[in-house]
Amino acid sequence: MEERLQQIYRRFTEDEGNLISILQDIQEEFGYLPQEAIYWFSEKLDVPPATFFGIATFYAQFHLKPRGKNIVTVCSGTACHVRGSEKLINTAIKELNLSEDNDTTEDGLFTFEKVNCVGTCSFAPVVLINNKVFGKMTPDKLVKELKKVKGENE
Amino acid sequence: MNKNIEIRVCAGPGGIAAGGFEVLEAFRKFVNEKGLMAEVIKEGCLHKVGCLGLCAKDVLVEIIVNGQKTTYQYIKPEMVERIVEEHLVKGIPVSEWLVTDDFHNFYKKQQKIALSLCGEIDPEDINSYISRRGYAATEMVLRQHSPQEVIEKIKKSGLRGRGGAGFPTGLKWEMARNVQGDEKYIICNADEGDPGAFMDRAVIEGKPHAVIEGMLIGGYAIGARKGYVYIRAEYPLAVERLKKAIEQARSKGYLGNNILGTDFSFDIKIKLGAGAFVCGEETALIASIEGKRGMPRAKPPFPVQKGLFGKPTVINNVETLANIPSIILNGADWFASFGTEKSRGTKVFALTGKVKNTGLIEVPLGISLREIIFDIGGGIEGDRKLKAVQTGGPSGGCIPAHMIDIPVDYESLARVGSIMGSGGMIVMDETVCMVNVAKYFLHFTQSESCGKCVPCRIGTKRLLEILERITSGRGKPEDMERLEKLSHDIKAASLCGLGQTAPNPVLSTLQYFRDEYEAHIFEKKCPAGVCKDLLTYTILEEFCKGCGMCMKVCPSGAIIGEKKKPHKIIPDICIKCGACFEVCKFKAIKKG
Repeated sequence: MEERLQQIYRRFTEDEGNLISILQDIQEEFGYLPQEAIYWFSEKLDVPPATFFGIATFYAQFHLKPRGKNIVTVCSGTACHVRGSEKLINTAIKELNLSEDNDTTEDGLFTFEKVNCVGTCSFAPVVLINNKVFGKMTPDKLVKELKKVKGENE
Repeated sequence: MNKNIEIRVCAGPGGIAAGGFEVLEAFRKFVNEKGLMAEVIKEGCLHKVGCLGLCAKDVLVEIIVNGQKTTYQYIKPEMVERIVEEHLVKGIPVSEWLVTDDFHNFYKKQQKIALSLCGEIDPEDINSYISRRGYAATEMVLRQHSPQEVIEKIKKSGLRGRGGAGFPTGLKWEMARNVQGDEKYIICNADEGDPGAFMDRAVIEGKPHAVIEGMLIGGYAIGARKGYVYIRAEYPLAVERLKKAIEQARSKGYLGNNILGTDFSFDIKIKLGAGAFVCGEETALIASIEGKRGMPRAKPPFPVQKGLFGKPTVINNVETLANIPSIILNGADWFASFGTEKSRGTKVFALTGKVKNTGLIEVPLGISLREIIFDIGGGIEGDRKLKAVQTGGPSGGCIPAHMIDIPVDYESLARVGSIMGSGGMIVMDETVCMVNVAKYFLHFTQSESCGKCVPCRIGTKRLLEILERITSGRGKPEDMERLEKLSHDIKAASLCGLGQTAPNPVLSTLQYFRDEYEAHIFEKKCPAGVCKDLLTYTILEEFCKGCGMCMKVCPSGAIIGEKKKPHKIIPDICIKCGACFEVCKFKAIKKG
């Protein structure tokens, strides 16, 4: 880990980086923000860990917990909302057996998230599975797609 | 065969979602197989293009043979072979796949300036842009115009900020120019946060070089040597194309030191947003570029006085900047000839929701909402009744159907309690519940409130709680008055634009759809049949065939009955999920 963090540190000093870009790099490298990484940088730069966590919890992009292998994103933009994204959200939560404060399945296969808008409003409601866009989604189609991903991972 | 053929495949936000890249690949494959490459279709003439506009009919493909343009709709990869065979080899277009009249009507009332070239050029090829007068505006400005002349031209054109607030662009540039300072910055705000708006994404993905040019010209005008593009990480393709475009511009000498041999130097850096709606606000955006929590601060000092790293800074929206090259090339009077006296030029809207022709449109300001929805949009889906149009995203309001003859310009929209905003236009029909819409937006603003000032942080939370109470059937008679008072307080006391406009969806729905609030509060009914807690599902015995489908899908086991005999829903067990309603083929389930 040390070595990977050193590399991020080097990029930071060479490229007039800032705390957000450090966190973005850490997340890119590890898939989430491991606490050790934040403490490492806190010491190295003499910036309190609270400053890092303050930024990490402010922006929706950052995750403090490891994420699932597959990311299911339901768009809850306005166009998707008026075309029934709420049903898709409920379907995904039910199908993946998630609770309110747990967005990743126990086996680590799926992480479910909502996003404010992906800009594909013409195909509302929209679901992204591993960044692939599925437009004009219905609960049935979503269940089918999720089953397909599950099958591929077995 | 002596033909001059160009094939354009839509790879805008909609095109890609519908499989644009796969269609393009299929064309490459079959065109090669038929031996048409190089000979008939020259280098660079089979390419992707940015958003063509009518996303509802994607994938759209345009084939131009000797200047004659034919457009295909709903194209899938498996349809390509036949098009290549019949259209390109034999010269006979596949008539049943061609676009229909509504496609042509969609474009009739549009005027493309910010979106010009979008859908015509290859966005990842700078030569494609240059061949259509790309960077001609930059050359003209650097060789013939003084910074003051550029500012005068933009001022005269009447261009106003397209990000929402509508501040005159030329004036902003002039203010920044007049501030003393050794270092100044220009920032392109591409943090398109309004849900339901995707024009900035489409502009960057369709003609990234126009945005670069706009920034370059702005930088020249105000005296900045460095620009930043603050762009959402949720738009990976836009980021990629912009990066590519910046590299290409550098290699051609349009960015970097001594541009075109003049003593003007300018370069652009991309900063990725990390997902916070409030960062669309200027001072919050600046804090975010500096690597801090994106929280706004009190103004003045304004960014033009004290902005990024404490230096004078101009922040312009993507669409605003995309207009600049055309204004420089065609003149201020040309641009000012579109639109109304106070709102010059055109505006891009993302037309979505319950309208037939969803997509991206650009219209002269002053056009009526009716023309947009019915002439361009083709009317309401399923020919249902129009209820309202929502403009301006979470900061805007809902305009009721009886007011759709108002002209679309900054002042008229503000007068009816909405705003122009960044250009989201969501059409709502009678199946949409307006109280639910207000709740949706408040849920959004409440969770996006940065928490710095009390009126916004706590006020939006309380607004949301009241709306949740109303939509769940626990509304109190005094709630409407309370919503109104609280809304006015939040507007008056909030620190930044987010809080100052957050109550707009509540106020406008209260003003125009008071009857829906009353129905929720006094009759405990949701007229549109949306709010779950206020619904009851019953089976109409006369229509029920006893097929058992509803019983099968019911997750709570609330439906009982024998096969081939009318079924029944037990209200106490029903969780009102609506699964039975969706699955019933005989319309035997009543919602209400």
